[in-house]
Amino acid sequence: MADKKTKPKSFQEWMEVNIWGLLIVTALVLSVGGLVEIVPLFYMKNTMEHNTYPEIVWDKAGKEPIVTVDEAGQQQWNWKTGEGMRPYTALELAGRDIYQREGCYLCHSQMIRPFRDERERYGHYSLASESMFDHPFQWGSKRTGPDLARVGGKYSDEWQRQHMRAPRSLVPESVMPGYPWLDENYLSGEKMQRHMRGMQTISVPYSDADIEAAPALVEGKTEMDALVTYMQVLGTMVALDESKTYRE
Amino acid sequence: MEASLERKYNFDVVRWFTVMAVVYLVVGAAVGVYIAAELAWPALNLDSPYLSFGRLRPLHTNAVIFAFGGCTLMATAFYTVQRTCGARLWSDKMAWFTFWGWNLVIVLAVITLPLGLTQSKEYAELEWPVDILIAVVWLSFTINFVMTIANRKSSHIYVSNWFFLGMMIMIVYLHVVNSLAIPVGLFKSYSIFSGVQDAMIQWWWGHNAVGFYLTAGFLGIMYYFVPKQAGRPIYSYRLSVIHFWALMFGYVWLGAHHLQYTALPDWTGSLGAAVSIAMIIPSWGGAVNGMMTLSGAWDRLRTDYVLRFLIIALAFYAMSTFEGPVMSLKTVNALSHYTDWTIGHVHSGALGWVAGISIGAIYHLMTRLYHTEMYSVRLINFHFWTATIGTVIYIVAMWVSGIMQGLMWRAYDEYGTLAYTFVESVDAMHPYYAMRTVGGAIFLLGAIVMLFNILMTVRKSLSEGSLSKARALPAAA
Repeated sequence: MADKKTKPKSFQEWMEVNIWGLLIVTALVLSVGGLVEIVPLFYMKNTMEHNTYPEIVWDKAGKEPIVTVDEAGQQQWNWKTGEGMRPYTALELAGRDIYQREGCYLCHSQMIRPFRDERERYGHYSLASESMFDHPFQWGSKRTGPDLARVGGKYSDEWQRQHMRAPRSLVPESVMPGYPWLDENYLSGEKMQRHMRGMQTISVPYSDADIEAAPALVEGKTEMDALVTYMQVLGTMVALDESKTYRE
Repeated sequence: MEASLERKYNFDVVRWFTVMAVVYLVVGAAVGVYIAAELAWPALNLDSPYLSFGRLRPLHTNAVIFAFGGCTLMATAFYTVQRTCGARLWSDKMAWFTFWGWNLVIVLAVITLPLGLTQSKEYAELEWPVDILIAVVWLSFTINFVMTIANRKSSHIYVSNWFFLGMMIMIVYLHVVNSLAIPVGLFKSYSIFSGVQDAMIQWWWGHNAVGFYLTAGFLGIMYYFVPKQAGRPIYSYRLSVIHFWALMFGYVWLGAHHLQYTALPDWTGSLGAAVSIAMIIPSWGGAVNGMMTLSGAWDRLRTDYVLRFLIIALAFYAMSTFEGPVMSLKTVNALSHYTDWTIGHVHSGALGWVAGISIGAIYHLMTRLYHTEMYSVRLINFHFWTATIGTVIYIVAMWVSGIMQGLMWRAYDEYGTLAYTFVESVDAMHPYYAMRTVGGAIFLLGAIVMLFNILMTVRKSLSEGSLSKARALPAAA
């Protein structure tokens, strides 16, 4: 045990002879930075732009289903493009699961910065509210390929499919891997319901009708269908007003 | 003298962690070289899900950080804490639990990541069942370490142990908070946080995995192995105290600088950058403290292969801890973010500093743990030059490609339109991606030579019977 004969001359020395003191003081010192930087983000109103501009979020999210499928197999959409942020449909969420699984975020960002060149290349800078239903966030940290935050609608579905299967058949200089296996795998409605229920418990506003509609939406669809559907919705949920300053 | 320590201390677990660290260095670097080659020659993805870049890249990062880095930390922490406390590990059983548990985590990572089972948070990809295992094993490591200190025979706790302790506590915080997720399947979960808050928590984890796991932990190594190898006390006790507390308090704030100009509120990013700049001072204080320990014995660098690794590692530490704060500044970050410059910066830290200090410490450990000289000093010198040259080629390639990417993206022509399409920037990267692969391959060659040298040294020790002789000696007082 520590030599107790001589009294520590300073607080520093006291910690050097007392492991529990050192442990507690270090643990306290280590906690400061994280608390100061993270906790306010959950409370400060100006973190999320929809606190100032409520029209960013679809006002019927969680109250009405986003889309239902009738007995004839026809989709009935309650939400229209540009009407605001809402959770992903079962098919889009399946696509997002694949986006995560294949590690797309390692080479593609989904976060446009407020610079002139990024605006011209990718569009309006990204808002915090635009990823409010992204568990986890997919902002990325590297652009080996281009940003995808607003890729929705830029290319046709058929272009996206061909590009996923064999990227260099469309873009010879590309270094993206091909994803031919996405055409071979089919989705499971039961699995997507489980995923949506999980989201529901962490307060993503899914209505029960959204979860009920899942099997009909994904039935017979491939992973490729799902991923392309996800690509096509990116950046299209909110119709941003060029005259507004959403973020200082 | 050295030999009689075999009975007093638990060196068996240290030996196993040491050898496994080198095995994982080779594995992690090999995967790294392969994915580097995929970016230069994308046909190497072979249209296979299990070999595609997006699934192998997390395998590379997890292998080098958790498998190689983790085994090195556990070997050196268990060795240092016993030697500096004059006490055997608190629990031998718990130490073996840590060893087998940690290796199980690594095996699970090797299986699950290529299968695409991931939480998709960088360096925290492993799914929730593995996360729980990591937490349990990490706590066993921490508890054993702390209890060994509590049982120490020495009066004061040596500085290395402060750094190891700081790392252990911080990793508990980071791992637990960042991995909070709602399971929706055996190997599928969603982070309970979303969007901007999730981004901040992820980079609080991401940067502190660098700051604590890869810096504080390896500074613990530096503070024991540099003075020990040099045979002189650390240059300045006062500087170590400042280095320690400044690092513990300051590093935690830096994560926000990964999110400059994003949808993260401006105050958070600016705060992160401001503290980042301030961190140059303690970091350089630490680097100076390590290097000046050699003051008056610089000639040893010509003959002592261990010191050479340790000192070059400190030089890379000093360089990276200057480069990092510069990159956190908003104006620089606007250019460097999203480019290969970040990758270059990470590797000057990872290959130059972390691998350098680890390799030095492992060569030091080998002779003491196996009670024999290294199988070949010439091969160590060969390793030193391959590691250094490989690292430099790698970093230079990424600096050039990163800055070039950043400049091409923002370039305008005389008509005021963007000068380059995105894919032109991809095309321009090809030579540098090839060069990076070559740099990485040279580094890998050195690592393979190291593994061969280590295994031959173990064999030599076994055939000489030096380990059993050492074990037969009466325990030291």
